[in-house]
Amino acid sequence: MLFLPEEVNFCFMNYLAQIGSYFLMLREVFKKPTKWRIMKTLILKEIDELVYSSLGIIIFISFFIGAVVTIQTALNLNNPLIPKNLIAFATRQSVILEFAPTFVSIIMAGKVGSYITSSIGTMRVTEQIDALEVMGVNALNYLVFPKIIAMLFYPFAIAIAMYVGIFGGWLAGVFGGFLTNADFVTGLTLDFIPFHIAYAFIKTLLFAIVIATVPAFHGFYMKGGALEVGKASTTAFVWTSVVIIILNYILTQLLLG
Amino acid sequence: MIEVKDIHKSFGEAHILKGITTTFEKGKTNLVIGQSGSGKTVFLKCLLGLFSPEVGDIVYDDKVYANLSGDEQRDLRQEMGMVFQGSALFDSLTVAGNVQFPLEMFTKQSKSEMQDRVDTVLKRVNLIDAHHKFPSEISGGMQKRVAIARAIVMNPKYLFCDEPNSGLDPKTAILIDNLIKEITEEYHIVTIINTHDMNSVMQIGEKILFLKNGLKEWEGTKHEIFKTDNEAVTGFVYSSDLFKKVRQMYIEERN
Repeated sequence: MLFLPEEVNFCFMNYLAQIGSYFLMLREVFKKPTKWRIMKTLILKEIDELVYSSLGIIIFISFFIGAVVTIQTALNLNNPLIPKNLIAFATRQSVILEFAPTFVSIIMAGKVGSYITSSIGTMRVTEQIDALEVMGVNALNYLVFPKIIAMLFYPFAIAIAMYVGIFGGWLAGVFGGFLTNADFVTGLTLDFIPFHIAYAFIKTLLFAIVIATVPAFHGFYMKGGALEVGKASTTAFVWTSVVIIILNYILTQLLLG
Repeated sequence: MIEVKDIHKSFGEAHILKGITTTFEKGKTNLVIGQSGSGKTVFLKCLLGLFSPEVGDIVYDDKVYANLSGDEQRDLRQEMGMVFQGSALFDSLTVAGNVQFPLEMFTKQSKSEMQDRVDTVLKRVNLIDAHHKFPSEISGGMQKRVAIARAIVMNPKYLFCDEPNSGLDPKTAILIDNLIKEITEEYHIVTIINTHDMNSVMQIGEKILFLKNGLKEWEGTKHEIFKTDNEAVTGFVYSSDLFKKVRQMYIEERN
């Protein structure tokens, strides 16, 4: 630290302070809980807004990603010695291990993350958060906790993404004439390791918490007006994506490495 | 009663409040005035417990805020009502939902009891047919009334208003001023209003505290403000020709 230029030092300390503030925020989220009668309604509303309303885009993306992965694999496996069922095997592995949990989570960091930052940020700008605090409400618990609980249902959406991705691959592979139905089914069941599903869901669950909390942090502690709400949304998306990618690497190394 | 004893508040190098001592009594509308940057908002946030002064005490009816535990401070906050400059209504809730919010949060009342109380306070602020409208569907004046209704729904002991008239036309501004004054007398509460509006000062200023550069420059009543020779106060309050003439007429009338 002592050998770094002052600007770099300042930047580094600033990042450290931000990370510290993020964990302090997480601690506050679980303090002084809101009444269950109110919290129950908030959680159901957030499940609807964060998870249920995202199903359309998740299905759309997963279907085409699955289809494209199959076509790309088929076009690159042109050696006659390589069995065709490897196309389905590659599709399954790609979709279950990476495309459904990680790629879709990056998309969700944009869709859900920017919604969370802008909604909480607007509440900050319009003094609604101050109003909660003046009343003696734990604003972090009231605003962030229901989002965390709602995002625990996110793995269900990823399960659908896995299914639809493979379905898209099957449609593109079989009806595109790249392999037969029998080859696809054989490839799909080839060397199946159930732990890969567990690995994918462990990742998804952690990504879900990141998607709920990192944008909330950027929205809750933002300063300024409407312009800053937009900037905070962009910053939140960048940081959520960065955290997801780093976490993805660490979890893959820990669970599969 | 709220007693403020020599409070100081700084943010980094900036010393915002430099030792303010004053008292705000029950049943009176207390106005805090001063130029932008004089420390009014920081002062109000200290009174609300959102900022902690580094030096000095704020005493709410014999309770020293700094000496209270976290739970006691939260309990005390539930005795405070706040009307924000921009109303700060929750966008996702209807007018009735906004007013009912503190009741749902902090009381064990049944739904019908809460609805009765909401009806009572909305009627008190002259809003009868707006229960199911959202904040974006009502005018600025109506939003202020909803904010007042939400602030008084828990029967607070202390009511704080930050620029309650900003952005309102003069007629609505007077209505809001009178409403706050009536509520203060009716509920016998301590009301503290941050304002730039000199009409409010003349209309409802039972006690006026003038802040300048984080210090108490002057305090008195709306009658005393006409007679004061304090240049900072006269320079601020009577900066417009209209108010200069009003002051002149008042002094001539008195003599």
